[in-house]
Amino acid sequence: MNLARLQREFSTWLQADKPADAAPFGERARLGLAIYQNNFRAQLATCLEDSFDKTRQWIGGEAFHEAIVHHVERVPPSSWTLDAYPRDFPATLAMLYPIDPEVAELAALELALADAFVGPDVNRLAAEQIASADWDCVTLLFVPMLDLLPMTTNAAAIWTALAEEASPPMSALLPTAGALLVWRDGETPRFRAIEAMEERAILLMRGGMTFARLCADLVEDVGEAEGVTLAGAWLGQWLADGLVSDLID
Amino acid sequence: MIPSFAGFGLGLRKQHYAEFLEHRVAVDFVEVISENFMVDGGRPRRILREVRERYPVALHGVSMSVGSADGVDRAYLVRLRALVEEIEPLFVSDHLCWTQSGGFNSHDLLPLPYTQEALDIVCANISIAQDALGREMLIENPSSYISFENDMMSEWAFLDAVCARTGCGLLLDVNNVFVSATNHGFDPVANLDGVPHERVRQIHLAGHAQGETMLIDTHDSPVAASVWDLYRHILPRLGPVATMIERDDAIPPLHELLAELGQARAINAQTGRLAA
Repeated sequence: MNLARLQREFSTWLQADKPADAAPFGERARLGLAIYQNNFRAQLATCLEDSFDKTRQWIGGEAFHEAIVHHVERVPPSSWTLDAYPRDFPATLAMLYPIDPEVAELAALELALADAFVGPDVNRLAAEQIASADWDCVTLLFVPMLDLLPMTTNAAAIWTALAEEASPPMSALLPTAGALLVWRDGETPRFRAIEAMEERAILLMRGGMTFARLCADLVEDVGEAEGVTLAGAWLGQWLADGLVSDLID
Repeated sequence: MIPSFAGFGLGLRKQHYAEFLEHRVAVDFVEVISENFMVDGGRPRRILREVRERYPVALHGVSMSVGSADGVDRAYLVRLRALVEEIEPLFVSDHLCWTQSGGFNSHDLLPLPYTQEALDIVCANISIAQDALGREMLIENPSSYISFENDMMSEWAFLDAVCARTGCGLLLDVNNVFVSATNHGFDPVANLDGVPHERVRQIHLAGHAQGETMLIDTHDSPVAASVWDLYRHILPRLGPVATMIERDDAIPPLHELLAELGQARAINAQTGRLAA
């Protein structure tokens, strides 16, 4: 057996755990193979437990373990970094908990916070740039680790309660679907809930829309007074949160 | 030839970041898991930069997969190169093993058959990696739980050939020698005598656990007496080396690890070697 075939068959054995897949390695390898398989599964389980501590607290250790088993069987790791392995876990939870959408949303929040933690280092916009900008034509460049998570439930409130070691609220659907803005402030990942209008505004500006165009669209949608106020409030909050890294003329 | 460094170090773990940064810890170097810092930015990279300002750093990887028949991942090497350029490490090391095949990554150090084909593949992969990194590496002997019927040479003959063909050096894990020898029923002392001694630049010492059927390389306990005995045996045969205690689980307070490192220093002194 050449090396490429040996490695493919070993990989198949690790993933499928079928005795027939171990046959090519001989009877004397049986005990050792079981150790490699245990290491493989334990490594992935530890990775998911470490990555989704609050989701585990929310659904309970036994249910979380069942979700891990399901995920490990369904999703083989492919990246050189274990940091990539948790990325599909919210999707697995969404399949396992179709009538409890807060479970997958809570996991997605944990994942986004972890990604923000190791995202690129970018300086927030300097005060001089804000003062000297020509706001009639600038486009805002948002920090690269800014993430927008669609939210239909109170998963953020559940996360906050668990982080504060308080009793979490009952799961509930939001009155209207919104989003969570997730980013890193200095070295600390943060999030806040935003409404659909602000989510849309950020998406449009990420796509290259100028701030002046955003203001004009808002005026058209909600009237001059409210549109200008809203745009000014959002901009002030984005700058205060450190979400903007540069202004492009 | 990779320059020698005689000294004593510890693996840098999260639990001890503050102590390493706020005090002058009595180590000559620290070793970090490369992949933990191959991230874009944030706290991990800042911590590593600050640690590097205070201590020499060795980069120890677990995901290069030098034994993969599919070759090494170029994107991985690009990231590792960036880290190497920033940190200017004492050593860059990884294991004689494979972790990925056909798009699947096991995240475990899987065993290689010691065949001519595997030797050619490992040498090609290490050469590509060393070219990409712009420097020579150290390769570590892993613990193993199976051996292959088509093995054509010993682990050390294999590693000696790898060193000769690629210019890499060796990271000798004494605990892994003990674990593999026990699991496969051979004499660890005779095995150590087969190490190409002149290639060794670094030594790992770690703990293991008794599994149901075999010893497991767990890194979750102090170095065993039998491993200290092997360390005492091999030291007089080696040139100047860097010794470190490797603990990855059940991390104790730093002073306990420093006490273990003190034991390594004492053994060096007893054998007439530098106890820096």
